[in-house]
Amino acid sequence: MKKTIPMAWLAATTLTFAAGSALAFEPHGKVDCIAPSDPGGGWDFTCRSVGRLLEQQDIVPASVQTTNMAGAGGGVAFAHTISKRSTDDQLIVAASTATTTRLAQKQFPGMSADMVKWVAALGADYGIIAVGKDSPYNSLNDLIAAIKKDPRSVSFAGGSATGGWDHLKVLQTAEAAGVDKIKRIKYLSFNNGGEAITQILGGHITAFTGDISESVGFIESGDLKVLAVLSDERLPEPLDNIPTAREQGVDTVGANWRGFYMPGKVSDDSYQWWVKTMDQLYATDAWKSVMKQNGLMPFHLSGQEFSDYVHQQIKDISTLSKEIGLTK
Amino acid sequence: METLNYLMDGFSVALTPTNLLLALIGSFLGTLIGALPGLGPANGVAILIPLAFTLGLPPESALIMLTAVYAGAMYGGRISSILLNIPGDEPAMMTCLDGYPMAQQGKAAEALTISAVASFIGSIVATIGLIILAPVLADFALHFGAAEYFALFVLAFATLGGITGKNPVKTIVAAALGLMMSTIGIDISTGQPRYTFNTLELFEGIDFIIAIVGLFAISELLFFIEKHMGEGESMVKMNKLTISIKEVIAVLPTSLRCGVVGFIAGVLPGAGASLGSFLSYTVEKRILGSKNRFGEGDPRGVAAPEAGNNGAANGALVPMLTLGIPGSGTTAVLLAMLVSLNITPGPMMFQQHADIVWGVIAALLVGNVLLLLLNIPMIGIFVKLLSVPPKYLMPIVTLVAIVGIYSISHSPFDLYFMVAFGVLGYILRKTEIPLVPVILGLLLGPEMEKNLRHAMTLSDGDWSVLWGTPLAIGIWAVAILGLVLPYIVGPVLRKRMQRS
Repeated sequence: MKKTIPMAWLAATTLTFAAGSALAFEPHGKVDCIAPSDPGGGWDFTCRSVGRLLEQQDIVPASVQTTNMAGAGGGVAFAHTISKRSTDDQLIVAASTATTTRLAQKQFPGMSADMVKWVAALGADYGIIAVGKDSPYNSLNDLIAAIKKDPRSVSFAGGSATGGWDHLKVLQTAEAAGVDKIKRIKYLSFNNGGEAITQILGGHITAFTGDISESVGFIESGDLKVLAVLSDERLPEPLDNIPTAREQGVDTVGANWRGFYMPGKVSDDSYQWWVKTMDQLYATDAWKSVMKQNGLMPFHLSGQEFSDYVHQQIKDISTLSKEIGLTK
Repeated sequence: METLNYLMDGFSVALTPTNLLLALIGSFLGTLIGALPGLGPANGVAILIPLAFTLGLPPESALIMLTAVYAGAMYGGRISSILLNIPGDEPAMMTCLDGYPMAQQGKAAEALTISAVASFIGSIVATIGLIILAPVLADFALHFGAAEYFALFVLAFATLGGITGKNPVKTIVAAALGLMMSTIGIDISTGQPRYTFNTLELFEGIDFIIAIVGLFAISELLFFIEKHMGEGESMVKMNKLTISIKEVIAVLPTSLRCGVVGFIAGVLPGAGASLGSFLSYTVEKRILGSKNRFGEGDPRGVAAPEAGNNGAANGALVPMLTLGIPGSGTTAVLLAMLVSLNITPGPMMFQQHADIVWGVIAALLVGNVLLLLLNIPMIGIFVKLLSVPPKYLMPIVTLVAIVGIYSISHSPFDLYFMVAFGVLGYILRKTEIPLVPVILGLLLGPEMEKNLRHAMTLSDGDWSVLWGTPLAIGIWAVAILGLVLPYIVGPVLRKRMQRS
């Protein structure tokens, strides 16, 4: 009996707090979503599509305004958020693996992941490793064997900078497959996945590393032969004939998540409201169809769980970057 | 024949009253957006995407409107180039060179008319090219590997003498300055920061919009302050529009040639409209030889880059529609729009979404006719803007520049940087070092370096890979010709002229 009383009391207070928090924060007027890129990129899409749904589903009282704040690969927006808007609870900022990669490699000088609050991830784009249709390589292990024999004989093209996400996926995969000199693997960086794919189609470069969404068209047309998708399980139809890396004995997953962070000094009430809102949004059919249209796969984390995931990812990338001599 | 049928279907989509109205609205908004420095076509299209969603437009209508905005922005860029010496967008940079001198000579209306006609011709030439050659060209673009791209950029620099030929040393200094500045930022081939001084804003390198607005607009402001100290008459003389059909016909060959050059530049992914207008200008200058007065207000110097950049803008649709690869920032936005409309871009698009593709192509043709009809009567309004005394106009220009730059990333750093570039531009102009090579170095430097390093990585450091394919050798040959020919042909021509 003695034990249950405090428990009940605790439960009661939590309930009151929970009920209280539902009332304590509601956005008033316009909500701001910062896309840390020029119009047209992934972050811009994240802001605009989430903003549109928040308006349509009447989750926010007024409009959601997307502000494009390009610069330093998201660094300008990150700096802006922590310095000028640190208590603005009506602000969300689009983020992805590119954000954590830059944080891990200290490309946002003087800033770190714990200066903001990580709200939620609303889907992911899984990594693939592919070759041209006429390539002699037919499985991930064929390619790995060639790399093991001579790391300079195979070249990879991707849409991110050296040390960026597309490069890291190659390194991760090679490491998981037991390649010892991963630093020697050739990686060529392009402005976007599409440019990299043309180089594969033209026969100039051996393999493509990118995300599934940017390659769907080329997979359908048969121009790209996907050797492995870096997901836990096979992707839903019609992409279910692509083998995962895991099936081929290479234990690696590369999920490029899409999500949001908030300013670091907002009240816990408002943070919880946003976490709850993103959970709600993720469950709607409208969001599911947006994901489907844009090649995003199911992937949802929010609140503390998401925050832990982000910090772990930063740690992993940081280790890998040191290994290849990118950072000290 | 099949192509014609598809095109007719496209027209039947583009010519419904609603879609025609949307194209008209798009053309008008696009022209306005293009004319505002800083607000480029990419931003213009992006800003209007929510409008398309709000109106609940079906995919083809939304695309028709946005295509019209795109085409309109390419027309609009020339307006501020000619009237204010500020390029409304990057590709309109070259239009300043002859457009502004024409305006200073009281021929603003002529310059605007000629450039509108040239834009129209360039665009039509490229659209026809798109219709006929899209499938073939998509394959051709695949032959461009790192070595071929590198040779192409060398070609661009080799022809630089064409625009600023007076003092080769100063041209080289200017190009080198631009190339040096282009190395600032994270080195994409190693991931290491270069010359960033741990300043966040420098990690992604210098935004060339900031450089362009600083070098051109702010330095112009500094010159103005120096000259007038607040007083003085209008910078640009105003005359009545007295253009004859003859003058328009005189620039027709230039427009046609440059439309083709621009189209080719546009087809190559990553080359873009700026390279298109630049190549058009230099190539046309070469073709005209001693008959040109480029740089002093030659109408053909206005027609060439305008036909070129409109040609390139439409050329950029080739890789977008056939491969799903955006050749420019604006096509990237259009591509994002396509994706959000549940259309997967890629090599299958011509097969799977023929209606959409041909609707867009028909919309381009319709949009261009609308733009020409819209732009000619509007010239009077644009020119009237010039009767505003400079003491009011210059602050407005400055305001537009500041707002445009601030809107890129909402960072005061960019504004300081813009002013610094203004001071640099002022010093360079005082010492008669041309500005265009600086911009070109800054613009093409990163791509040129990237391709050289890719070629070196692939070959494990063997330089001979740079001329390893027939295509690469061909481009090198043209580049060498472009560099050497003027010094051989020039004196010979001069001698002949003296004799006759």
